[in-house]
Amino acid sequence: MTQTLTRRQAFEARQRRRATTLAVGSTVAVLVALVVLIPLAPGWEAVKRSFFNAEVFAKTFPGLLNAFVLDVAIFAWCAPLIALLGLAVALMRDIRNPALYPLRLLAILYTDVFRGLPVILVIYLIGFGIPGLGLPRPWNSPYIWGSLALILVYAAYVAEVIRSGIESVHQSQRSAALSLGLSPSDAMRFVVLPQAIRRVVPANMNLFIALQKDVALLSFIGPVEIFRQAGVYKSLMANFTPYVGAAIIFLCLTIPATRYADYLMNRQRKARS
Amino acid sequence: MVLRLENIQKSFGSNVVLDGIDLEIGKGQMVCLIGASGSGKSTLLRCMNLLEPIDDGAIWLDGQDISEPGLDPQPVRRRIGMVFQSFNLFPHMTAAENVMLAPRRTKGLSRDALNAPVSALFERFGLADRMDHYPDQLSGGQQQRVAIVRALAMEPEVMLFDEITSALDPELVGEVLDVLRALRMQGMTMVLATHEMGFARELADLVCFLDNGRILEAGTPSQIFETPEQDRTKSFLSRVL
Amino acid sequence: MKLLTTTALAVTLATGALAQGDCAAGKTITDGTLTIATGNPAYYPWVMDDAPESKQGFEAAVAYAVASEMGFSDEQVTWVRTSFDQSIQPGAKDFDFNLQQFSITEERDKMVDFSQPYYTSPMAVLTTQSVIDGGATASVDSLKGLIWGADANTTAVPMLQDLIQPEKDPLLYGDNTDVTAAMQAGQIDAALFDLPTALYLSAVVVNNGAILGQFLPDAAPNPDNFGLLMEEGNPLKECVDAAISSLKDSGKLAEIEAQWLQETTGVPVIR
Repeated sequence: MTQTLTRRQAFEARQRRRATTLAVGSTVAVLVALVVLIPLAPGWEAVKRSFFNAEVFAKTFPGLLNAFVLDVAIFAWCAPLIALLGLAVALMRDIRNPALYPLRLLAILYTDVFRGLPVILVIYLIGFGIPGLGLPRPWNSPYIWGSLALILVYAAYVAEVIRSGIESVHQSQRSAALSLGLSPSDAMRFVVLPQAIRRVVPANMNLFIALQKDVALLSFIGPVEIFRQAGVYKSLMANFTPYVGAAIIFLCLTIPATRYADYLMNRQRKARS
Repeated sequence: MVLRLENIQKSFGSNVVLDGIDLEIGKGQMVCLIGASGSGKSTLLRCMNLLEPIDDGAIWLDGQDISEPGLDPQPVRRRIGMVFQSFNLFPHMTAAENVMLAPRRTKGLSRDALNAPVSALFERFGLADRMDHYPDQLSGGQQQRVAIVRALAMEPEVMLFDEITSALDPELVGEVLDVLRALRMQGMTMVLATHEMGFARELADLVCFLDNGRILEAGTPSQIFETPEQDRTKSFLSRVL
Repeated sequence: MKLLTTTALAVTLATGALAQGDCAAGKTITDGTLTIATGNPAYYPWVMDDAPESKQGFEAAVAYAVASEMGFSDEQVTWVRTSFDQSIQPGAKDFDFNLQQFSITEERDKMVDFSQPYYTSPMAVLTTQSVIDGGATASVDSLKGLIWGADANTTAVPMLQDLIQPEKDPLLYGDNTDVTAAMQAGQIDAALFDLPTALYLSAVVVNNGAILGQFLPDAAPNPDNFGLLMEEGNPLKECVDAAISSLKDSGKLAEIEAQWLQETTGVPVIR
């Protein structure tokens, strides 16, 4: 392996070595500081007992994992409905026919209202309010109405993202489709929309990661999902470790998903430039 | 007359883009629109395909007034094909899917039924091995040729070309012009907005010089290129030739 | 006749003075008077009609029983009113003791003194009249089939599993209001609260609210205990404690409780 480097290669190799040394050095320094200094803090023993208690962790983790199944299930039935409603609203906002203007107005009003409200407020209002009208079982279930609240809020965001995708497709694509004699709706369906949706996949993935976390808000109206289960354990054991356990479970799902969304986003940026 | 334009008026806001265009295009004729950018060539083509509504005047296609406000533009567009300067092809579809989409949706033909005629079209324009490629796998010249094939698949009576070689690298211009030449020989009625003066000179039946939304001068290639009458025509030609 | 009355009065006074001399003499805010505080307003079933002087209601009855044990006659009892929050703050008090369902907690015990408990609140089942009309009864078997709710931060959660073991997973909430909202929305049939809370919610908060039954106090692992509240370091505490002990021993306290918290409220015991 005795190859001679060009002057540029030699310079770059030196630069790289220097950068690596610095990165490793500073990372180690920060880690050492964290590991050594934090336990020196006067409250560390108490914090460790109530937040990082191995015994409590082992006792509660299976129960938390079990409760997390409910989070995943709520996410699983909400996500496709959010995608469908978001798409429908995005298309409604694009309606040009004056006779259907009320639909367009409705879509605008809808996105404005639901993007302007805190999720938890919508969950309370819909989750308790609509069943309070006197619906019979099982139609008054908090699962149904809580999910609807999530769907309404998130579909408003998804609709806006899809609409921005539609607007990002070059106008001449629509012209080209129309010039072939396609109807405006066919031009949208076969030409504009497929491109728009591809472009907004990463942005929508970020929304769905946020949704995965907000599913926990449904616990406020009754369902015992992971956040509530952690709260119950906390009350029973007077210890916060179950919350740490719940956080770990969330991160196991959301960190890979976030990384993947970033990867898609980067790939798209590269493809476009 | 296949296509007759009568006193076409078109403004965008206070900006008058077309100011009284009169033009007759006979069957099998090739008409070239020349002129500086902003002279109204592209807008005129878009108006002829009903992508832009005209403010006043009339457009007659085979004796039918297609500029009637409120008229359904789709059947008309099926009879008038159009190719644009760029962003023609749908990037999420293969070349063959690009070509088949409109016949499938407007004529209700199945992919199977379309396979043979579409393959023949690709074959005819030297693109047989590119049918299953996506647009970004094709060169600019190939993309424009596929765009032409796509318009032809609708079997139009008239074809409009809006500076279809302007965005191409110079070495790719020739293959696209060859396609136009072939169409000309087959008797297709064509209207081109173009900067390829040599091409216009060689093949056009009628050359129109547009200036500020008017046809300032029209005539045979030799009239326009060799003995232009208007000063503005002369100065434009001296700049581009 | 006059002599007799005078003698009787003298005897009463003497015994009163004597009894106070035993323990409470000189320890009350006003000599010869026991000043008792309660809430403003005080309400059912703790004090009937906001009139503690009538001795009607659980806490009114307890107050007079304690006073009597300590050697104060009914006439020697004076009532004052205080707010709940102000009473549990540290500082000088204008009462000898205060009773308005104060739960004894470690935290409060640092600020004020509590007597030994005069009441241990049992868990009770809050529901609505329509659920009762639907056939729910005060038996564990009947309760199993209901859809349950509870405040997630209370001991009601483990007790649901221990006492009832419902067939369907209970729904849990962040506070009382949410539990009652869910009950109002028909999403849950019943909820477990301590009896005082349940009484309050059924009377004031829940439309058509009803209490299906109460468990025995000893069914709960850490039941709420109510104590008489006194100023921190009040020397009267030992006398008050002694009075309560003797009321417990004599069965008098249990009698008062049965009269006001079971018979009057009509809340049956679930067995």
